[in-house]
Amino acid sequence: MHPTSFAPRHTRRTVSGAAPVRWLLIGGALAFLGFFLVIPLVAVFTYALQKGVGAYFTAILEPESWSAIRLTLLAAAIAVPLNLVFGLAAAWLIARFRFPGRDVLLTLIDLPFSVSPVIAGLIFVLLFGRQGWLGPLLAEYDIHIIFAVPGIVLATVFVTFPFVAREVLPVMQAQGQDEEEAALSLGASGWRTFLRVTLPKVKWGVLYGVLLCNARAMGEFGAVSVVSGHVRGVTNTLPLHAEILYNEYNLSGAFAVASLLTVLALVTLAVKKYVEWRAESP
Amino acid sequence: MSVIVEQLTKRFTAGGTPAVSDVSFHAPSAAITTLLGPSGAGKSTLLRLIAGLELPDSGSVRIEGVDCTHLPVQKRGIGVVFQSYALFKHMTVRQNIAFGLETRQQPRSEVEARVDEMLRLVQLEELGKRYPGQLSGGQRQRVAFARALAIRPKLLLLDEPFGALDSRVRVELREWLQSLHEQTGVTTLLVTHDQEEALEISQHVVVLSDGRVAQAGPPEEIYDRPATPFVASFVGGTSVLRGHVRSGRAQVGTLVVEAPQSAREGEAVHAFVRPHDIKIVKTANGVAAGPTTSLVERLKSVGGYVKVLLKLPSGETVSVEVPRAEFENLGVVEGDHVHADVRMAKVFLGDFSI
Repeated sequence: MHPTSFAPRHTRRTVSGAAPVRWLLIGGALAFLGFFLVIPLVAVFTYALQKGVGAYFTAILEPESWSAIRLTLLAAAIAVPLNLVFGLAAAWLIARFRFPGRDVLLTLIDLPFSVSPVIAGLIFVLLFGRQGWLGPLLAEYDIHIIFAVPGIVLATVFVTFPFVAREVLPVMQAQGQDEEEAALSLGASGWRTFLRVTLPKVKWGVLYGVLLCNARAMGEFGAVSVVSGHVRGVTNTLPLHAEILYNEYNLSGAFAVASLLTVLALVTLAVKKYVEWRAESP
Repeated sequence: MSVIVEQLTKRFTAGGTPAVSDVSFHAPSAAITTLLGPSGAGKSTLLRLIAGLELPDSGSVRIEGVDCTHLPVQKRGIGVVFQSYALFKHMTVRQNIAFGLETRQQPRSEVEARVDEMLRLVQLEELGKRYPGQLSGGQRQRVAFARALAIRPKLLLLDEPFGALDSRVRVELREWLQSLHEQTGVTTLLVTHDQEEALEISQHVVVLSDGRVAQAGPPEEIYDRPATPFVASFVGGTSVLRGHVRSGRAQVGTLVVEAPQSAREGEAVHAFVRPHDIKIVKTANGVAAGPTTSLVERLKSVGGYVKVLLKLPSGETVSVEVPRAEFENLGVVEGDHVHADVRMAKVFLGDFSI
């Protein structure tokens, strides 16, 4: 999980070739980065602040934006803890035990990565929508999932499913289970062993997974868009709201909302860097 | 008898070769018993079965008269020291040692007192606040001992406890373990592949080969009277010589010894000779070759003794160890011809093959 660089600190001329080639490659990479990352980043904030700081905060604080912020936070607040518990349990199960169906479980965990988010959203519509399998049953009890908040939460949980498990699993596998066996031999119960020994060992992996999970939960567009129905002030998350404002040619509003997501991304990156740094220094 | 293992069998794959096969032995109370064998002999698996970290397919384990075969590891009253130390890296030395005591929900003051006592026992009083990452290998291993002993186990299980340390520290810790055992008197089971370690620190040795007990007994008995060719070759750094039965006696080189009773005339035998059971005698004229002389192929000085590689008249090669002082009196150089006097050998019927 830690992208460690194995390259030597001193560039070895014999391997890296002549200086012009090196500068050409570095220049190319920087130009690419600038064009695809830096310019868009600057553009987001430029457009957002186009009409001044006052207009910026008005756009963010207007009721519909505020409701989108709340819904995004709610979806993440449910999806992240759920996937944290699931991810830990799944990683522990796969790392520690050999059982029939282990490979199937491993494959299923990756499913949300390989399925297009739009398809993921459609699955829920087919399941819970009015024409879906469970539609009549839900209608009978007046339960609304699709085009309502529960659908958005479900879709978010689905697309963020693999993050924690995928980050924790390799850490658990790499560390073996000598310490767990020592704890058991000292009389600790399985649960105590998990809390006092296993969890502290994998905590940076867990944090890293939670971070990625949260970023995706707040930023998800495709799956949420399908199940949302775009009811303003009710079922719009931040990414959906940004799109709606954009489609209405409310550029500064759209980019103000987008800037919130951009800030989230930057904070995530910074925390991720910090977690990687802490995980490497014992 | 403190630990009694009966007919223990464990297979890791159904129908496969058992890692531990029908093993029975006993380990006397308050003594150090060693499970000795080459890698793959099943000794670690056997230790894990006794600890309760693996479950046997059949057989039983009794610790201090209590049948533990179906008890979970937490209830067996054992302390385990792993080769990898298995210290909790995120806890200080004190927290590591206190872990088992806190599990037993003892009052804080008792836990603290016991931790202090353990730190004194392993001579690490100053290092209680350190983390395992800040200790040397030998210190970590001592913390592992303190942690295992803190809970007053009925039985201490050591899985190659010195395996990851360099040879100087190994020798130091061996002596330390002996004095620790004298202080605590805890019944101890030690797994090792190092026969020197086994012979030095244990009162009882169980030699394992291919998941079975090859021989069990006091170290002197294992060394002097190996029961099988495997034990003879594994313990004591021996050379193998081939010979035949002639008129009821086994003839191996210059040595003629009683043959086993079932021996038939002319049957092949093989003999295991320890490096110090061959005496080198100079020939009358010093260096010349003859029909009964052996060639000094190589000399190697190893600390207190000299290793002499001899090519016998039969063409077989043996390794002989001569104490340094004796060697200097002998005055032999490479290429000399000498008489090799085999004074003791353990003879087994049949040809030798590994």
